[in-house]
Amino acid sequence: MFRLERTVAPLWVQALLPVVAVVITFALTATLLWLVNANPLEAYYYFLVDPLSNRVSLLEVLVKATPLLLTGAAVTWAFTGGFWNIGAEGQLYAGAVAATAVGLQMQNMPPWVAIPLMIVAGFAAGMLWVLVPVLMKLKLGIDEVVTTLLLNPVALFIVSWLLNGPWRNPVSQWPQSPDIAASAIFPKLLPRARLHFGFVLAILVLILMGYIFRQTALGMRMRAVGLEPAAARFAGIRVQRTMLISALVSGGIAGLAGVSEIAGIHYHLIDAISPGYGYTGILVATLGMLNPLGVGVAALFIGLIDTGGQTVSRALGVPVYLGDVIQATLLLVTLGVLLLRNYRIRFVRRAS
Amino acid sequence: MWDVGCSVHPTSHIPHPAFLMTDIFNDFAVEMRGVTKRFGDLVANDHVDFTVRRGEIHALLGENGAGKSTLMRILYGLYHADAGDIAVEGRPAVIHSPKAAIAHGIGMVSQHFALVAPLTVTENVILGRVDGVRLRLDAAHARVAAAAQRFGIDLDPRATVKSLSVGQRQRVEILKALYHNARLLILDEPTAVLVPQEVDQLFENLRFLQQQGFSVVFISHKLHEVMTITDRVTVLRLGKVVGSVDTPASSRMQLAALMVGRETMAAVKPATTTTGQPLLELRDLAALDNQGLRALRAVNLAVAAGEIVGLAGVSGNGQVELAEVLSGTRRCTGGQLLMEGRDITNGTPAQMMAAGIGRISEDRHASVVGEMSVAQNLALEHLDEFTRGGRLSHRRIRQHAERLIADYSIKARPDDSIRTLSGGNIQKCILARVIERNPKVIVVAQPTRGLDVGATEYVHNKLVEQQAKGAAILLISEDLDEILALADRIAVMYEGQILDVLPAADATPARLGLLMSGGDPNRLTGPHMTRNA
Amino acid sequence: MTAALLITFLVGLLAATLRVATPLILGTIGEIYTERTGVLNLGIEGIMFLGAFVGFAVAKQFELAGVGAHLWLGVLGAALAGMVAAALMGFFAVTLGVNQHVAGLGITLLCTSLSLFAFRLVFGESAVLPSVSPFAQVDLFANLPVIAPIFSQYLLTYATFLVLVPLASWVLYRTKFGLEMRAVGENPEAADAAGISVPRTRYGALMIGGALMGVGGAFLSLAQLGAFSPGIVAGRGWVCIALVIFAKWDPVRGMLGALLFGGVFALQLRLQTQGFQLPYELFLALPYVVTLIALAIAGRNAAYPGAYLKPYRRE
Repeated sequence: MFRLERTVAPLWVQALLPVVAVVITFALTATLLWLVNANPLEAYYYFLVDPLSNRVSLLEVLVKATPLLLTGAAVTWAFTGGFWNIGAEGQLYAGAVAATAVGLQMQNMPPWVAIPLMIVAGFAAGMLWVLVPVLMKLKLGIDEVVTTLLLNPVALFIVSWLLNGPWRNPVSQWPQSPDIAASAIFPKLLPRARLHFGFVLAILVLILMGYIFRQTALGMRMRAVGLEPAAARFAGIRVQRTMLISALVSGGIAGLAGVSEIAGIHYHLIDAISPGYGYTGILVATLGMLNPLGVGVAALFIGLIDTGGQTVSRALGVPVYLGDVIQATLLLVTLGVLLLRNYRIRFVRRAS
Repeated sequence: MWDVGCSVHPTSHIPHPAFLMTDIFNDFAVEMRGVTKRFGDLVANDHVDFTVRRGEIHALLGENGAGKSTLMRILYGLYHADAGDIAVEGRPAVIHSPKAAIAHGIGMVSQHFALVAPLTVTENVILGRVDGVRLRLDAAHARVAAAAQRFGIDLDPRATVKSLSVGQRQRVEILKALYHNARLLILDEPTAVLVPQEVDQLFENLRFLQQQGFSVVFISHKLHEVMTITDRVTVLRLGKVVGSVDTPASSRMQLAALMVGRETMAAVKPATTTTGQPLLELRDLAALDNQGLRALRAVNLAVAAGEIVGLAGVSGNGQVELAEVLSGTRRCTGGQLLMEGRDITNGTPAQMMAAGIGRISEDRHASVVGEMSVAQNLALEHLDEFTRGGRLSHRRIRQHAERLIADYSIKARPDDSIRTLSGGNIQKCILARVIERNPKVIVVAQPTRGLDVGATEYVHNKLVEQQAKGAAILLISEDLDEILALADRIAVMYEGQILDVLPAADATPARLGLLMSGGDPNRLTGPHMTRNA
Repeated sequence: MTAALLITFLVGLLAATLRVATPLILGTIGEIYTERTGVLNLGIEGIMFLGAFVGFAVAKQFELAGVGAHLWLGVLGAALAGMVAAALMGFFAVTLGVNQHVAGLGITLLCTSLSLFAFRLVFGESAVLPSVSPFAQVDLFANLPVIAPIFSQYLLTYATFLVLVPLASWVLYRTKFGLEMRAVGENPEAADAAGISVPRTRYGALMIGGALMGVGGAFLSLAQLGAFSPGIVAGRGWVCIALVIFAKWDPVRGMLGALLFGGVFALQLRLQTQGFQLPYELFLALPYVVTLIALAIAGRNAAYPGAYLKPYRRE
């Protein structure tokens, strides 16, 4: 029998906790691998080491991490402010739709007009998609978890409609939109690689977020509202306004993730634009302990696993969903391990 | 079950049959030996020995934080002791949960009632003790009604707890314990929520139970009550037992000395320096509570510079809502709030602060952000003053905190997480935060609840200091002793209204008690609460 | 539309509504029980998904082995799987006391990914979805003139409406366990003081909920579809979460909410075939939007159980 006692763990312990979580996760999933007659060590090699072994896959890790940096940032921003935004997936799609809509019109515009316009449009669309949930929370007191969740499938339906209807590619007749204008495409960062401007955008967003959290009054107010809304209100902080900022900016950043995937990778809208980046963003935010630097590292790590995942599947003959299983396990294990930030485990023997 | 089959007439002196069966050589209902309990670095109970004889009313006396509640929660199985033994009626007992405690015949009525508000009295009483799968509610109602009558408790079993007054809820708690065969009743500060007349009623009930052979542990910090009702007193100070005496053989002075360990220093009250001109005026203030019921009805009050106005009243009569209106965290539905003649009705917390009102809320933990540091909390109400060009200056926040920590003797470092501080130190932080702005008005609610003697004294002295500097202070408190010690004028709140305002000299406990229960001498059952879960 | 056509339409609509509502009622009542004890289980979407998969996989294996009751065994398997998943949620939410929103989402992700992983492993990748011959509908009153189709439902549907809903209500309000659940959800300290084990009650409610959610998922794969596909649950779990609030945590109201959603869903399916110009995706989105609106109307400042989302620890 164990008990949890309140304490405050020293900073070095806190920084190590995500590492502990990763180790425990790999131990657990090793059991799963062993059950399907796959060699765990070989699997982990492909997950963690192989992607880093050559330029192509290394850059691919960064490409895969890009949307996660953004959704992780979006979720971190919202959670810090006390707004449980589970709708990043839908907000991402909203941003993707807006980016496509704008991108299709940018035929005669130079890149320095097209790209900012797309970014602004995507951000605004993401904000719009979270507007109803946050208003329902502020005015009607309705829990935002449910409302943001419910809007995710709706966003997908809208995308599906657009792709099968007004935006169906007239040439191929496939459910994908026509390509956006060339001037709207995010420039590549390196030759012969998929790494694009979205990565830079994501890093900038994280840096800005870190600055706001640590160096501005807004950041401290958001944190106060997220931790103890009653105390924040008492201290004169305008809780409703702060909550609104937490929600809207979060939606906007998630929208940027959609813009990034459209303008940086696909160049047209498809309904598979996000294999759950919005939800993975929650894993990234949790693993990163709601700290922008941590989120950056966590996003890169998950990007690493995502890149390795495809190789693992091929090499070991295990279903490609293995990567998802690992990520889900990692989320749960991290939750448990992070308790040690504020609690100590005490083993008690029951007196007979 | 409780139905022992032998009817006991209220005035008979035949002891309860259960006691005839026990070991008559053993006179003790409960013995606790060497009990120690730590919370982190704090030693709440330090090798405590505590015994209760059968059929006695035994007081556990001590100031806030002395360890009384902790000790009894260990006895009741809510806490696990780090060391020590317990024996119940001569046999060693291992009590790891309330269930075990109940099985040993120990019942507890805590300060915060363990009642489930939406359920009925009967459902609350039978909770945890239902035989079988089905709830046979009609039969249960009948049994509970019979039990209530047996123990002289006046209650309607079908009423929902939500609809009961505080005094009635306490009776539900007592009934619950007795219904489940408690032979020892632990009452934790039972009179804190009662009006003097209700206290008399409670004492009558306890004496009746004592005659039936029940034992009572009476936790209190109120000397006069201890002297009135108890047979023996054990005094705790800072977690240790400092004395155990027979009440008739003792005196209030002796107990007070034991309790405090030194001469009590009452806050030195200077002569009233009020100018008479009201700084803060409440005119016909009306407001609703969280359930949408009327909490404040036409509250009229004025506080002048340099005076302390105490607001007395049993909790639940609108004090919380009044403090919230004055803090800006609750809207009022009518009336006016004036500050130096200016209308600040329904201002936001920021506006209240800007108008010069310092607010100390009764819920310490809802006034600070636990996970944030002391420095951040001290700066939280005025972050803009620490920003320059959009950038927050952590250096200035730190310096600000260091200054306040020094000035107010706060035992903490600026970067400590504020939740690791003791209650007293958190209160000091809140005080510091308020007082360093030199507020013209201070609205302070339950400032010393849960604080030890030293911290209480500190708070009182600081308030008096501010009064001397010309602040107008509204002191809302359930602790009559505190109000009597500090206030120049005492207002009594009852059912959302100020019934009367008395100069301190005219405010005797009897008069105040009368007002606190509605001002009607025939009203002995106390205020009727129709709200507050 | 003539009167006769209208009646046929309505009858068909009602019959479909009952069918569509079945998994929703199962999920909603399961979540009501869970939340009544103060725990939010956002794993419901994943648990329904897991139930759909396990139900299908077990039924398929038994069908191949020639066992007659393969479908019911599948349902049983789904219920057990749901219980295990819910117990895992309990470990995080009750024993460890971590953030319930994130833990629930973790459970959803885990159950979903494990199910897909196992599905690929067992059934491989083929162009044709493996299928099982599904439950047949049972005709109760086949001779009734017009309304007979309403009474042509799966046994699970009959069981849900006629047995589960009244039983769930009775247990909640008229049994010891129900009383304990309500006490734990309102005031765990009081329940603890009364000798009730808060963790055990929460685990119990969670696991009952998990079993119901699993069966709800199995209904989708074994009755409605006869197969398992990645899009089989499609957010129904989230709808149940909303319906619980709409139901004010009462099983009968939960049934009504599920009927509402089911009705709108069945309606939009029918409207699609009526030749309306609106695209079918927007029809698909309609039930979710309606749920949102229902929440906005009925869910204002809802009286959540007193201990909602609060882990309970004894010092």
